[in-house]
Amino acid sequence: MRENVVIRTVSRLSIPFIQLFALYVIVHGASGAGGGFQGGVVFATSFILLLIAFGLPGVRSRFSGRSARIFAAAGIFIYAGIGLLCIFYTGNFLEYAAIESASGIPHLHALLIDLVEAGIGITVLAVMTMIIVVFADKGEIQRD
Amino acid sequence: MKKLALIAVIFIGIILFWAVGDMPAFGDPDAPANQHVARMYIDRTLPDIGIDNIVTAIIASYRGFDTLGEVVVIFTAGISVILLLRRGEER
Repeated sequence: MRENVVIRTVSRLSIPFIQLFALYVIVHGASGAGGGFQGGVVFATSFILLLIAFGLPGVRSRFSGRSARIFAAAGIFIYAGIGLLCIFYTGNFLEYAAIESASGIPHLHALLIDLVEAGIGITVLAVMTMIIVVFADKGEIQRD
Repeated sequence: MKKLALIAVIFIGIILFWAVGDMPAFGDPDAPANQHVARMYIDRTLPDIGIDNIVTAIIASYRGFDTLGEVVVIFTAGISVILLLRRGEER
């Protein structure tokens, strides 16, 4: 299932900008409107556009179900791993200030918040893409 | 029965609109909700965390454990949807 050439060309042009905007929303979460949840969903919309323009194989070849499952778990591991790292620096779970005061690096607290937001974004984008691909898969099977 | 439900809805609606008059004005800094913990967040976010966005500071740092739970909920919900939709397939 491939859509016509106009849709394919426009999608090919706009998908990189959508993904760049999603990364901007995730990274910008510490200083303005944005964050991991919103950015992850915006990133997933680029895969929806990919699905509309290039069909299921187009998405599968770039983001397989297996890697989506790995990414979904990896986001939570990043988040919880940073939380556990705080315990190793003699703080409480997710007490980023403990790492900042122990290592002496300035603004590390804000940086760790950005990392946590990135973890949230990875999980959200992987879960959203997984659900979209599974729904599209169901549709293909029923059409045949 | 329908008339009784309509009367109940109108009655509760009148009570609710009556109570609106006692609510503080929208965005009033002297409102009770803005006096308690919100003031602490506004005062302490920049010295404590060093970022400008108070909402992100609360979500990711002050209430970090809650957000971790939210992410796990999204993950679990996604996995459950896929397990339900893929039910009965091979692989």
